[in-house]
Amino acid sequence: MILLILLFILLGGALLSWIAASRSVLLSRWVALGALLADLVIILQIWIAHPAAGTQWIYSYRASWIPHFGISLHFSMDGLSLLMLVLTFFLGALAVLISWKEINTRVGFYHFNLLFVLAGITGVFLTMDLFLFYFFWEMMLIPMYFLIGIWGHENREYAANKFFIFTQAGGLLMLLSILALYFIHAANANVYTFDYFDLLHTPMQQSTARWLMLGFLVAFLVKLPAVPFHTWLPDAHTEAPTAGSVILAGLLLKTGAYGILRFVIPLFPEASQYYANLCMLLGVIGILYGGMLAYAQTDLKRLIAYTSVSHMGFVLLGAFSFNELAYQGVVVQMIAHGISTGALFIIAGTLYERIHTRNILQMGGLWAGVPMMGSAAMIFVMASLGLPGLGNFVAEFLILIGSWQASRWLTVFATIGLVVATAYSLRIMQKVFFGSYTREEQLPDLNKRELLVVVSLVIVILLLGLYPQPVLNTSQKTEQKTAYVVR
Amino acid sequence: MNMHPTTAGLLLAGILFVLGLISVLIRRNIIFMLLSVEIMLNAAGLAFVVASSHWGTADGQVMFMFILAMAAAEVSVGLALILQLYHQLRTLDSDEANRMHG
Amino acid sequence: MNSALIPAIPFLSACILMLGWKRINRTAVSVIACGSLALSALIAVVAAVQVAQHNGAPQMLQVWNWMQVAGFRAGIDFRLDALSVVFVLVITIVGFLIHVYATAYMHDDEDYSRFFACMNLFVGAMLVLVMADNLVLLYLGWEGVGLCSYLLIGFWYKDPANGYAARKAFIVTRVGDTAMAFALFLLYQHTGTLHIQGVLQAGAQLWAKGDPAVTMIALLLLGGAVGKSAQLPLQTWLPDAMAGPTPVSALIHAATMVTAGVYLIARTHTLFELAPAAQTATAVIGGMTLVIAGVSALVQTDIKRVLAYSTVSQIGYMFLALGCGAWSAAIFHFVTHAFFKALLFMSAGAVIVALHHEQDMFKMGGLKKLLPGVFWVFLIGSASLAALPFVTAGFYSKDQIIWLAWSAAGGGTGYWITALLGALLTGMYTFRMFFLVFYGEARTHVHHRPGARMMVPLYILAVLSTVAGFVELPHTLGHVTLFSHWLLPVLPAVQVVTESAALEWTSQAVSALLSFAGIGMAYMWVMKHPQGMREFLEMPAIVWLRGCWQRGWDFDEIYDALLVRPFVFLSQINSKDLVDKIYTGLARAMEWCHNMMARTQSGILRWYIMGVVLGAVAILSVLIWRLYEI
Repeated sequence: MILLILLFILLGGALLSWIAASRSVLLSRWVALGALLADLVIILQIWIAHPAAGTQWIYSYRASWIPHFGISLHFSMDGLSLLMLVLTFFLGALAVLISWKEINTRVGFYHFNLLFVLAGITGVFLTMDLFLFYFFWEMMLIPMYFLIGIWGHENREYAANKFFIFTQAGGLLMLLSILALYFIHAANANVYTFDYFDLLHTPMQQSTARWLMLGFLVAFLVKLPAVPFHTWLPDAHTEAPTAGSVILAGLLLKTGAYGILRFVIPLFPEASQYYANLCMLLGVIGILYGGMLAYAQTDLKRLIAYTSVSHMGFVLLGAFSFNELAYQGVVVQMIAHGISTGALFIIAGTLYERIHTRNILQMGGLWAGVPMMGSAAMIFVMASLGLPGLGNFVAEFLILIGSWQASRWLTVFATIGLVVATAYSLRIMQKVFFGSYTREEQLPDLNKRELLVVVSLVIVILLLGLYPQPVLNTSQKTEQKTAYVVR
Repeated sequence: MNMHPTTAGLLLAGILFVLGLISVLIRRNIIFMLLSVEIMLNAAGLAFVVASSHWGTADGQVMFMFILAMAAAEVSVGLALILQLYHQLRTLDSDEANRMHG
Repeated sequence: MNSALIPAIPFLSACILMLGWKRINRTAVSVIACGSLALSALIAVVAAVQVAQHNGAPQMLQVWNWMQVAGFRAGIDFRLDALSVVFVLVITIVGFLIHVYATAYMHDDEDYSRFFACMNLFVGAMLVLVMADNLVLLYLGWEGVGLCSYLLIGFWYKDPANGYAARKAFIVTRVGDTAMAFALFLLYQHTGTLHIQGVLQAGAQLWAKGDPAVTMIALLLLGGAVGKSAQLPLQTWLPDAMAGPTPVSALIHAATMVTAGVYLIARTHTLFELAPAAQTATAVIGGMTLVIAGVSALVQTDIKRVLAYSTVSQIGYMFLALGCGAWSAAIFHFVTHAFFKALLFMSAGAVIVALHHEQDMFKMGGLKKLLPGVFWVFLIGSASLAALPFVTAGFYSKDQIIWLAWSAAGGGTGYWITALLGALLTGMYTFRMFFLVFYGEARTHVHHRPGARMMVPLYILAVLSTVAGFVELPHTLGHVTLFSHWLLPVLPAVQVVTESAALEWTSQAVSALLSFAGIGMAYMWVMKHPQGMREFLEMPAIVWLRGCWQRGWDFDEIYDALLVRPFVFLSQINSKDLVDKIYTGLARAMEWCHNMMARTQSGILRWYIMGVVLGAVAILSVLIWRLYEI
């Protein structure tokens, strides 16, 4: 029941903040923030109550929806979902805070969309019914389309369309696979059901399983994104408003990774093994190719967007290593990447608010003017290049040491990706904050609201880097289950 | 020339139909196009009548009644549309009415 | 006393200074920054005494679980044994002196607080590195010093060149770090742990001498060490690292960062002993570096670059010693080098400040009378670096290496000759610098004399540069083995093959003679015949050679052409993302089809009728054809 409440708080908050906007814009912002904080408090309490949730399903809710077709409202939460939800509500609250001053047109509708995306993401992380999963999968798509298309930068419509078409195309392939799985299961067991647990051990022919797995995989690879399906991401990230970029990078990409961990590998263990090398190769290509592209960009947000491609390559590499260390690394990477890249987008956004450009060639020497922003950027740049002591290192180290057992050469190239990461990350500092200051006007440093956002992100990334054990404990047994299913 | 009356009737209907069709295709004045459509309708009607006399049933003649009724309706609607068209475009040239080209 | 405080205090102080930003006044910043290190040094001394009381038994500390995943555990765990203690003492004491000096040196800088925050962080990271009980924590310190070097080399960020130098330092050392990461992966794969002692024990049981796996691991570890310690082929970052303020250079060269590689190899010496090929590689790299860097030092004009190349060269000595299996000799040289190199850098800094940030030696001169205090400490430092016999610490440590390069089990005549060549070069470049700076006529006006806060640390270091040598005297001269005895619980004693007092005497005599010869040549070159020398240097072939050496044997150019430019070129031509072209191409094709289809929508009624007619005809013909077919 608590899971439904989590969803309804978001949906109710979405409607309320839309209605409230006609009275007062400020009220609308507070309603949105309040809804997310309420969810955050609830989920943190759950986490405190279940510090080592692991694989156990700590909460479940099931009710018939369309019994005729075997569709039910089935929600369950284990450690992985729990962690993802903590991230969702945390970044969601920050997203509302960061758009406090940035968004001034159609504020009510904006927050409606924002909360609706988050509700969709929450649903994706919770649902255990494949039909419902597809429903939520599409549900997060449309509000995001509006967020980019209405409140984005100059080239927003192109980016929004591209985002929509890519994700939709992948989603349709997944729908095909879901339906095929549904009918195959019905043919075997004579029960029509979309329930995850029922479909989990559907026996089928090897080649069929491989095709169905590819259907799911493509949807998730598009979302992740993996090369060669990544090209929607730079456009969408660049053109979206700051909060949109944060949610895209921090959460939407994670649904792809989550899908792989939750659906692809458990549903099709044999086929996953079969395609493991290919997927790991795609991951490594993503790491290096994304890094190379990031190095060549001059648009700050685009640069950060390509670093996402690079970082999510590690997720793909780790997920298909079938190794406990790598799996834990993947979970930490999902969180750490959400925090660090989200933070970099927030810094890019606050910079844009001040100097109205995203071109790093027109920046330089900003440290002198905005030292707090510079220090924060330094921390997250270091996180993005994988400095030990910050969250990304724990993740990448675990992934690499795990994938080393699976494939040495791919790991070698992935590790070389860390050198590329150093190059593009330091380029941000060099071009934006180092050098001499050439602007006439005095820039204001972070204000209190922005400081609150940035400092909370700094604290989380440091905690994640120095004491990741709570996260590792929460995700640990999920891994054993996956491994069990695999073997 | 010795020809079976049915053949001759159908041939006439065919010639009339083709004439009507050709004039629909080549006339640009929309009123003449309407007239040509009438000719085609009547050609079809003639074919029905010929066929009904050939088979010795009344079905064809009944169909012709329908065609007459339909033709009347068509002319009234068609003329109304033509009037509207003329009001809008100040011309009866059907090629001028191409605002929905791609 | 909890030894975990040793790194914790500098970290805490760094945090305070970072958060305090400009709200803390300068005096408080100085007190916090220096006080924290003094405190650390005190605790380190106490810890050292405790270790000594327990006959070198290590102190173990588990602070908290860093990550524990399915049988893999890496904790924030510290281990203080004889080797770590030596490093910790040097780092905290020399670091403290450098900090005191820096309070005067950086006095007028606007980012005073940020500077000391980074310095404290630097020392803290280095302390973590040498105290780490597992390789992951060691890696944290390892990358941490990389970060701090980046922050401090690029401290004066307003000049983009400093930023580039900082970036270069970070990326080049990161290349080495990657090799080290591979070593970690391999070690975990084979031994199932990354706990240092566990790895060493498991390694000794697992591998026979010369096993390819352990050779690979040792070589990869060497790769990491080479990056941090600026040895061939990754030495290029260190001379450029001079872009930072002088106290930073002193810290990087003497106490932190570059000696990390020496520490790593000494720490994992068991693995290197199992891999003779890797050990030979270490010695060869050390030997080559010490000569190449010595030659480069010979032709520099910037006083700090001379010192930078001299550091590379001296670390080469340490690598040579490590490669020969003379573990404690390498560590001994690290200690003495830390003292005299810090001394030299800081007195060079005093000169630079006195001359209003002039670093070109050819614009100095005649400072003997103008800065007598600095003259004397610089002389002591130079003498120690050039290893003048009997009175300097550098003599005892370097002489030991030279002798062992010949006589140790892993040594050989080739190494010995290389080391002697290095001694000659050291004498030459050191005293070339010395004469250029302090003799001849004054070319720049002295506008500021160093105060007590600058000079006192220099005096202390001058004393240390002299007396530190007496803890380890060769067989032929008193035979004191305090230092190697201290390290015995951790590092095995060197195996000497040719034990002969006569040979040792010869070796010492030759090396001493070569030092003097080097000094003499420098004297001839700078003082006696500057004119003739200048003419010699103007010869075309020499000019080219000199330019090449000055640029550090053109390694930068080679890397630029082989690695940097191809990478930049590749990424630039693909900046628009080739893969995206596939999708935009697809979209274009769709658009084209759409345009083709749209063209049929002409809006001309008669065309539509024609279409209907043709369609009807087509359908009818098909129907009729089918009818007759059947």
